[in-house]
Formats: sequence, structure tokens, C-alpha cells
Amino acid sequence: MLPITLPEVEWIVLAPELILVVGALTLLLVSTFVPSRRAGNSWSMFTLAVTGAALISTLGLWQEVSGPQGVPRLGLADAIVLDGFAVFVTVAIGAAVAMAVLLADGYLWRERLDQPGFYVLLLLSATGGLLMAKANDLIVVFLGLEILSIALYVLAGFHRRRSESSEAAIKYFVLGSFSSAIFLYGVALTYGATGTTNLAGIAEFLRSAIVPGGVLYAGFGLLLVGLGFKVAAVPFHMWTPDVYQGSPTPVTAFMAAAAKAAGFAALLRIMLSAFGSQRLEWQPIVWVMAVASLVVGSLLAVVQTDVKRMLAYSSISHAGYILIGLHAATERGVAGSLFYLLAYTFMVLGSFAVVTIVGRRGDGAHRLDDYRGLGRARPGLAFCLTVFLLAQAGVPFTAGFLAKFGVIAASVATGSYALAVVGMLAAVVATFFYLRLIVVMYMAADETAAVVDGAAPGGDRGDAVVASAAGLELPPAVGLVIGVALAFTIGAGVLPEPMLDFARHATLLAL
Amino acid sequence: MSEFLRQYLTVAVFAAAAVGMVALMLGTGRLVRPRRPQPQKYLNYECGVDPVGSGWSQSQVRYYIFALLFVMFDVEAVFIFPWAIRLEALSVFGLVEMLVFIVILALGLLYAWRKGVLRWV
Repeated sequence: MLPITLPEVEWIVLAPELILVVGALTLLLVSTFVPSRRAGNSWSMFTLAVTGAALISTLGLWQEVSGPQGVPRLGLADAIVLDGFAVFVTVAIGAAVAMAVLLADGYLWRERLDQPGFYVLLLLSATGGLLMAKANDLIVVFLGLEILSIALYVLAGFHRRRSESSEAAIKYFVLGSFSSAIFLYGVALTYGATGTTNLAGIAEFLRSAIVPGGVLYAGFGLLLVGLGFKVAAVPFHMWTPDVYQGSPTPVTAFMAAAAKAAGFAALLRIMLSAFGSQRLEWQPIVWVMAVASLVVGSLLAVVQTDVKRMLAYSSISHAGYILIGLHAATERGVAGSLFYLLAYTFMVLGSFAVVTIVGRRGDGAHRLDDYRGLGRARPGLAFCLTVFLLAQAGVPFTAGFLAKFGVIAASVATGSYALAVVGMLAAVVATFFYLRLIVVMYMAADETAAVVDGAAPGGDRGDAVVASAAGLELPPAVGLVIGVALAFTIGAGVLPEPMLDFARHATLLAL
Repeated sequence: MSEFLRQYLTVAVFAAAAVGMVALMLGTGRLVRPRRPQPQKYLNYECGVDPVGSGWSQSQVRYYIFALLFVMFDVEAVFIFPWAIRLEALSVFGLVEMLVFIVILALGLLYAWRKGVLRWV
């Protein structure tokens, strides 16, 4: 029998994942012995502490691995890598987890749902996302993808008394399993074509050997499909509106921010690190996906009357922008995509924080109608949502503007003018439906009747909505989320240099 | 046709032969068999006795959780057997890894137990 060589374990590289898993298991164990009612807010506080510890453990290595002089750390027989890129995505996902926890705290109390189970699943899901960000091997990417997804399937169905929530979970599970299987088939074909699943190994093989053609193309085509599903890029977006609408709102926020960040991290790393030499083959595919996402996402969002569905379609069009950065396939493109992901994390969490509040008990009030008069009843909330929506539309002096500018500039620099033009036009269309929601919030009831299709005009009902909007309860934790997101959205828009430098120094290994 | 595709030709021929054989057997049966319909012949088959009630019935959702717990330990066994055979080669590292694995699984069982899943009410 052959001797077995065991890999060296680089603990520091794996530290954030280990902290999250140990934290999740501790929470699971403790929660079975301590009754939830007596624990108060300690579940969410503990989850926040674990997330913070995971972030700190990886941020310490930022100076070492980032920038042009940075030396990435490889671990576990080169299956995982910690480079500036991985640290950046870890920060984005960590921020998403922390804010989702703060959102969930008030939400779970309001909806009377099981507290610790939610946080355990959230932490495990984040673990998968972090693993995807630093995977240097297709098998590890798959492992991370499954850890992320399985926890998310359960989270999507967490609101057991709402049938929409179960529907979302089933849809997400069935379609997600298919996409995972397709991804796995892509891994198998890539392995067949190149003889390795290690990303660096694949890149080296493609540099040195004659390209085997068909099987390889089928391989990375299927990988694109599998990850395209996770990031909700057209034509793999069909699940997005239903799942975003049905899932509990904090879960939707987490899904939009963290699952997208993790999916794009894996996509960028696989396509650029492993298949960078084949970019002329995959760039047209990504071009079509980007254009389709921008067009379909923006146009279909216009006809939605449900705010969560509208944000789901808008997230599809945001995926299109991030794909523009991937299409550029340059350092500038990667930096643009990364900055977009971070900005989007804050914008979308801020938006969904307000949606969580307006959703009221039962998490059902998500029609455009339910936002009528919010500007009068709760000017603060309405103002914050306005800022987040304008930022998503890409208005200057917000993070969203710089994010869009970054990816489109990277695209122009590589000469893909058509893609840049489509991106800008999609932003114009998107502005329409963001503005429509703002108009609904600020105008009086009968004025908005023309804006919301099929809404019955009438002052009585409008006043009733305003009255009920005045009674919305805003837990301090959610206020904190909104505040942080607002500070980032405006702060990074007015003083962008630190964040842009952060993204610029988040170098990808072997680009 | 490339060498790669030619290798797959074997698979295609094999699949065609399989489909053809099934079609041949079922087709021959259809041609030669006598046809004498009786109502009893159209009942659902239920081990020889007359079926009671509808064929669509709900099963206890509790079986689902037991199936889940079964799968948990089934998969554990799949990992443990190969590990046990190569335990010496894997040494302490392998032992610790397997302990971590079993502890995490046991936590799952503990959670299920504390949640009252194991009690059959």
C-alpha cells in the first residue's frame, strides 16, 4: 500500500472558518440546554462576537498578503489560499453576517421564531461563503458552495407559518441542487481536460500544454452555469424573484449580499486564476450574461408591484454590473467588481433593513401600496430608504455611483464600448423604478394612484396606511444597521479613496 | 470523428442495443399475448389482497426525521470503514480528524434529542 502524505494545516489561513464553525457548534450546544426565553439578546450578541473574532483573525494578515508586494499564503496542500482578494471578500461577507444578525434579532422576536437555530445556520452559511472566497481548488469551491447553500435553503424556509417561505425554500432547494450538480459536472469535465482540480495547476497546464478544446470549454461553461445560478445572473435567474420574495426579509438581505459576494468571489477566481489564458473563449459568454442580466433585471423590475420582488430584479441587474468587471478580466476590472460587491452589500442590507420594518408583523406588507405615505409618517425611515435606492440607481456622491463608474471604466479601458453603453442605459431604466418607490413614499395617497398600477384611489385608505406606518416599531439594532449602511453609502461616496484603495490592493493570486 | 468521440460510440451502440432489446421484448409480448379484460385485473396491486382506500395516502412526517437521522449515521459508516482500515497509516492526525467528525455528528444527534425528536408521541 502507498504511504499517505498528510497536508500541512495552516491554521491561520483557516482561522475565520474555524472560528465561525466552532462558534456555530457552541451556539447549537448551548441552545439545547438554555431556554430561549431566558437568554434574551445573548444569542445575537454571541453571534456578533463570533463574526467579529473571525474578521479580526483574518484582517491581521491584510498587510502581509495585499498589494503588489503582498505574498499570498497557501494552505492545506495548496487547496486554499489567503490573498488580498480573499481578505476583501471575507470583510464583505462578515459585514453582511453582522448586519443580518442585527436585523434578525428584532425580526425573530417579532415573528416569534426560534432564535439560536437561525444564528447557527447563518454562521454555517457564512463559513461556506468564506471558504468559497479562498478556495484554490475546484473541490473546495464545491464544498464551500454546498455549505453556503444548504444552510441558506433552510434559512429561506425559516418562517414556518408563512407558506410563501416554504415555497421559497423548496424552489431554492430544487433549483439549487440542480445547479450544484451542474457545477460538479463542470468540475469533472475540467478535471478530465486538465488532469487537476487545483486552480493554479489548471492555469499551469493550460499555459504549457496544447489546449484540448471541447471538453475544457464544456467544463468551464458548466462551471459558469453553476455559479451564475448562485449570483443570479440571467439566464439562471428564474428562482430569484420568488425566493427573495418568500424568504424572511433578513434572510433575503443576507442572500442578496453574502451569497452573491461568495458566488462572485469563486467566479472571479476560477475564471481569472485558472482560465485566465482562455479569456478569449469565455469573455463572449460573460458578455452575453452581463447584457442579459442588465436588460432583463432592469426591465422586469419596472413592472413589479411588490417591493421585495422589485429588489430581487434589481439584484439581478446588479449582478450584470459585477459581470462587467469580470468581462474586463483586468486588475482594474477585479477591483471594480470587488468595490461593487462591498458597496452593494451595504446598500442592499440598508434597503432590506427598512423593508423588514415596513413588512410589519407577519412579514407580509411588501406591496408598493404599503409604502404609501411613509414619508409623512416616518420621515427618517423614508429618507434612509431614499438614499439607499438612489445609491442603487447610481446617483453621484453615493457608493453606488463609484461602484458603477468603476466597472464601466474598467470595461471602457479594455475597449468593450457596447457593454459600457448597455450598462449606462440599464442604470437609466433602473432609476425609473427606484424613483417610483420614492414617489410612492412621499406623495399623498390620491396622488400616487396614478403611479401604482391598479391601486384603488381614496383618501380614507391612504390615511389608514399612514396611521399604521406611524406605528411601525424600529428596534435599536435595526436602527444601527440602517445607520451603518447609510454612513457607508454616503461616506464611501464622498470620500472614496480608502475603500477604493482597499479594493485595489485586494490582489488576486496569479492574475 | 475524433478519437475521443469514437470511444463514446461504444456507449451509444450499447444504449441503442439496450433500448432495442426492451422494445423487442415488450413488443413481442404485446403481439402474442391473449387479451381478456376483467375488472379485477385493473385494481392496484397490493400483495394479492383487495386494496383498501386510495392509492395516494400520507405517511407520517416523523418517519422523515428518522430517515434523516439514519442517513447521518449511514454516511458516518461510509467514512469510518475505510478510515479504520488505514488507521495506522493515517496515525494521530487521522484519529483526531475522525474524532472531530464524530463529535460534530454527535452534536447533531444531541440537538435532535434535546429538541424531542427522538420521542415517539
